[in-house]
This record gives sequence, C-alpha cells and structure tokens, in this order.
Amino acid sequence: MYLATTGRGSDAPPRPTGVGRRVPGTVLALGAVSLVTDVSSEMVTAVLPLYLVLGLGLSPLQFGFLDGMFNGATALVRLLGGRLADRGDGRHKAVAGAGYLLSALSRLGLLLAGGAAGGIAAALAADRLGKGVRTAPRDAMISLSAPPEALGRAFGVHRAMDTTGALIGPLVAFAVLWATADAYDAVFVVSFATGLLGVLVLALFVPGRTGRPVPAPVPVPVPVPAPAPARVARPARPTARRALADPVFRRVVAAAALLGAATIGDSFLYLLLQRRLDLPPEYFPLLPLGAAACYLLLAVPAGRIADRTGRRTPFLYGHGALLAAYLVLLAPPGWATAGLVLVLLGVFYAATDGVLMALAGPVLPPERRAGGLAVLQTGQALARLVGAAGFGAAWTWWGARPALAVAALALAAGLAAAWRILPEGKTS
Amino acid sequence: MAVLVAAVLVLLGGSLGYVLHAQQRGGGHRAVAADASFTLDGPGVYYRDAASGRVARRGGPADGPSCERFYAAGDRALCLRALPGTPARTEAVVYDRRFTVLRTVTVPGIPNRARVSASGQLLSWTTFAVGDSYAVSGFSTRTSILDLRTGYLVKSIETLPLTVDGARYHAADVNYWGVTFAADDNRFYATVSTGGRTHLVEGDLKAWSARTLRENVECPSLSPDGTRIAFKKKVSADPAAPWRLYVLDLADLREHPLAEPHSVDDQAAWLDDRTLAYALPAGEGGPGSDLWSVPADGTGAPTLLAPGASSPAAVLTPRG
Repeated sequence: MYLATTGRGSDAPPRPTGVGRRVPGTVLALGAVSLVTDVSSEMVTAVLPLYLVLGLGLSPLQFGFLDGMFNGATALVRLLGGRLADRGDGRHKAVAGAGYLLSALSRLGLLLAGGAAGGIAAALAADRLGKGVRTAPRDAMISLSAPPEALGRAFGVHRAMDTTGALIGPLVAFAVLWATADAYDAVFVVSFATGLLGVLVLALFVPGRTGRPVPAPVPVPVPVPAPAPARVARPARPTARRALADPVFRRVVAAAALLGAATIGDSFLYLLLQRRLDLPPEYFPLLPLGAAACYLLLAVPAGRIADRTGRRTPFLYGHGALLAAYLVLLAPPGWATAGLVLVLLGVFYAATDGVLMALAGPVLPPERRAGGLAVLQTGQALARLVGAAGFGAAWTWWGARPALAVAALALAAGLAAAWRILPEGKTS
Repeated sequence: MAVLVAAVLVLLGGSLGYVLHAQQRGGGHRAVAADASFTLDGPGVYYRDAASGRVARRGGPADGPSCERFYAAGDRALCLRALPGTPARTEAVVYDRRFTVLRTVTVPGIPNRARVSASGQLLSWTTFAVGDSYAVSGFSTRTSILDLRTGYLVKSIETLPLTVDGARYHAADVNYWGVTFAADDNRFYATVSTGGRTHLVEGDLKAWSARTLRENVECPSLSPDGTRIAFKKKVSADPAAPWRLYVLDLADLREHPLAEPHSVDDQAAWLDDRTLAYALPAGEGGPGSDLWSVPADGTGAPTLLAPGASSPAAVLTPRG
C-alpha cells in the first residue's frame, strides 16, 4: 500500500528498524473501521434533511430540533466513554465497538421508525450516543498501539482514512438515491450493512489488548505494562480531575481550549468566503469538500513532520495557517482567494487534529489515556462552540468584516499565549 | 479472513438486493407533466394531491403536473419540484393557463413556499437550504422573486437592505421566507428571521428596501382586498405544536386568532375575502396532510376541504 511506501522518504533521519517506518496494523485496522463507518454515517447525514423534510414532510423547525437535540449531550457521553474505556486494558475495544454497533443499529431504527418523529429522534440519539462513546477509546487505542515517536504519522494515517470515508459516503448515498428514484429506506439499509461491516472489521482485526509500546521517552513514569488485576479492579476516580491534576496535560488542554475559543467555525468561514466572492450558492456544498480533500492529502505528511519536529510546532503553525486564512478573507478578493482559503483550512486540520492527539497521548499514562483524551476533546469542542457563538454575535453587532478582523486579532493573541503555554509533549 | 469475506458477501448481497427491490417498487415520484386537458380555465380550488404527487382541481382527477409545492393566480401557475440526488436542488417551473412551461429556474435547497401575485406577473418561492448554516442545528432559507414583466430574477432576496425597528440592520443570520404580493405588483410582505426572532417585513421592489412591521409573524398571506394578513404565530415552545393561525388587520395592526385549534405549519391561502385554506398533518400522525378551511374572522369551525392534499390555491375565472 502507498502508506508503507510513503515511509521510505530518504530524507528521514535514521530510525531504529521496524519503528516509525510502518504504521502498526492496529492503526490501519482502526483506520479501516473509521473509513467504513464514515461511509455509513455520511450517507445518512447527506440524505437525512431530504428524507425528513421532503420524504416525511417535517417542518424545518422540527428538523432543526431533531438534529440539534443531542449535540450537547455528546460532550458528556464522550467523557463517559473515555472513563469506561480506562477500566481495564481490553475495555477500549469493547467500548469503541459498542459505540460503532450502536451507530450501525441506529440506521435500522431510522428504517423501522417509518414516519414517527419519536422513533426518528430515538434513532438519531442512538447514533450520537455511539459516536460520542467511541471517539476517545479509539484515539486512545491508536496512541497506545503506535510507538510514541511515530504517533503523528499514525494519527495522520487514521485521519486520512477517516476523511476518505467521509468523502465517499455522500457519493454512495447519491448513487443509491439515483438508482432507486429517491428510496430513502434503501440508503438506510446500505448504511446499516456498511456500519455492520465496520463493526466486523473492528472485531476481527483490532486486537483486544492494545500492544503497548515499550515505554520509550514517555514523560510520566509509566508502570511496567504488567496487567495488574488489582489496578484494574480499583474503583475509577473521576478521570477529568485526575487527568487535569497533571500540570503538563493541563497546559495542553488550556492551549487547545484557548485556541479553540479563538476559532470562528468552518461554516462561518465558508459563509464569509461565499459572501466575499459572491459565489453561486450551487457551489456552496463544494467548499467543505475542497477543504476535506486538502486535509486528506496533507494528514499523513503533517503527521510525519510532527514526528520529526515535535508536535508542538505543527500544532501552532497549523493555527497560523488558520490565521492566514482569516487574513486572506480580509484582503481584497482575487481569483485565488477560494483555493487559498480551502488549502489553508486543510493545512489547519492536517496540522492540528491528529497532531494534538499525538501530542497529548504520551503525556497521559496508558491507564488514563482514553479518559484524558476525552477531556481534551470535550474541552476543545466546547471552546470551539463558544468561539463560533461569539463570532456570530460579533457579526451581528459589527458586521462581517470587523468581526473577522477581531477574530484574527483574537487568534493571534491566542497563538501568542499558546506559544508560551503549550508543552512539547514529548520532552517537557 | 474467511469470516470477513463471507460477511462482506452477505452484507453486500443484502444491500444490493434491497436496492434492486426498491428500484422495482419505485421510490419517489418521477416528474410528470400535466395532461393536455388540465388547465387553469376552470375556476376553483387547486391543490397538490398527496397520493399521486400531482396537482388537481377540487372535484376532478389529479391530472396536473407533479409538484412538491404549487400555487396559481392570474394566468400563471408556479410549481416547485425537488430534483433527485444530493445536494438538494429545487426546480421552480412557471406555467401559463394551459400548463405550457414559460420558464424554469433551478435553485439549491428543498421546496418550501410558492406564491404568485394576483396579476400573475410576480412569482416568489422559498427553498429550505441545508448544509450552509453555521449554527449547529439551524437551517436557512433562500427566497427568490421573479418578475415576468422584465424577466428579472432575484435569486436570493437576502441582499435587500433591511430596517429593523427603524434602524438599518446587518447580520449573518438573516433569512427570508413566505413572500406574499400586494395588488400593485410592487409591495410585498414576507417573514424575516434573525437572532432567533421572526418579523413581518414589508418590502418594496422598486425602492429595493424592506422594513419590519411586527414581531412573531411567519408565512404571511395577504387577503385579496389587501386589508388583512393571515399568518402563523408562534404561541408555544413545544416543538410538536408551536403555531396557531392568526389574522392581522393592517389598518390598526390588531390581530385575532382563528378557530383552528391545531398547530398550522403552512402559508395559508385566501379562497376569498372571508375564507382561508391551509394544510394540516394527516390524522394519527401519518405521512402527508389534509386541506382544511376556516373563516378568516375568527368565528365558526374548521371544515375538511380535501383529504390527502396540500398547497391550496383559489383560481378565479379567466380575465377578459
């Protein structure tokens, strides 16, 4: 596979054989699970509004209500998933698998609900629940199965595969709708089958016990990975508080949250792009696709760079790319504006999303990793929500351009602060 | 590995089988043109028949074109049709009295509202756009106005300079929907939503401006005599039943509720100066809707106009 061949960059510094050259099988397997699952879930995401509003005749308000109902709850569910997964070595796979299975079954729920709003709401809730539960254990498994010095690439490969699935999903949905003259139930059936396939790949190819790497340069003293039953049976204390008690991890969370609060949200960025360039609305759905394609191409290289330079630098430079995107939007629009903004957004995601997990993973002791990553992800997500809401308010008060200028200033300030706060992760 | 191969075969085969089954069964409605005998010449109430997806005149067969939303006035009919596939697109088709296609416009989004001015010269439609909303769960609407006298099409009226409570207003989340035209073919009323509130807005096409008149008014519908506006008013935070049908007197801006006790999510249509028609979800929460009518002065009781129907439009006798 090309993933293996990309590892043969001759400029790479010599590494111990077998380490860093190849992405561990577990990561590839998890990437395949994410790819297949994302095909399944993005299929449904692409057709759900059509189905609810046109197929069932729901009003936009009811649709908005159904769609938004469970978004707040996912943050809490994520923390719960992380905490459950930390209760013993084999739990990561079990908890993540339960999450994937729940999401797959939710498609069946959509099918069986027919037109009943209650049934649809329950199915959507199950999907969100599954999504929230599985994320932290999955990322913990990735970070536990790859050697710490190759984590950036491991996450890069995983995110690239994940994004590939997200790009394929709507195409499959489109093909099914086209072939069946808008039979939404057929989309749900295909999505259900694809989701089950994802669960199966997880069950068959992801090892139940994460092969922990030899404790290499991990900052916190890690107990020799002898699975001590006494530790496993110990009643779990609140993970969030324990993880945040670590000063290094606290600094990672603080920096991520600070920068998250200074981001304005992708949709706003696309909206600004559309307004600035006066793009025909027909092209609007293509904007996220463009950014996703860049992300897909850059995720692996960015991860490799992160492994070489340390994850702190790409993470900060990635936010620098986002700042550059704001500045491009503030400048007079030209023919290259749209492409430049989308590429910069792709760079931002490639250099920050998986890289942050690679940065934070080794900081956390393995037995608290899933919980800690959940805390980090939740903190970042909440901060971004605050950032987007603040930007929306600023837009209303001051207009689009002044709001964007303020956002750029805030991000620059956030970057300056994060430069001081953010630890290296590996060495600190 | 053998397990995986077997599972892939089963899942793939099952999916393929279901898709083929759905293909045989026929999923949605294909676009169907009106039969030659179907015209706007017979005065009466036209509506969309849910079973066939085609337009019918009350009392007659559903021989009209297939539409998701329909409206007709003057000598023109407007039909909104969802195009297959994703992302969602809507085809707005303008017909004359004999259902000859005069113009077709394709816009993004899902069909939502359709209106034609009394003269038939101005047309407006709203689509419900998904995927371009910055809010987590929000939706946005896109409203177009087409002037048949000049052929000029405003694809989205969001650029309309808007005055809210007397002050010029800018916001990212401004959404318009549900246009209704005045008899002068210049002024119009619509809903504007921003910051979580909805307003009745009065627009002026020549002056290209709009100002808000009143809060909490959605989907306005101007009476034929131009004195009153029927609208849905949000009366409850319960998402299952948020709206009630009201009529607003434009002379003194006083409003009164109508006798319909259910939540109405439709742009009501005036059958004459005394009667309104609107769609309500079909009984027992089933799919589709029924058409009801109710007196506009708040008296009386709703009566069933047509079961399994939506998009009412009263068409008068042809003009001289």
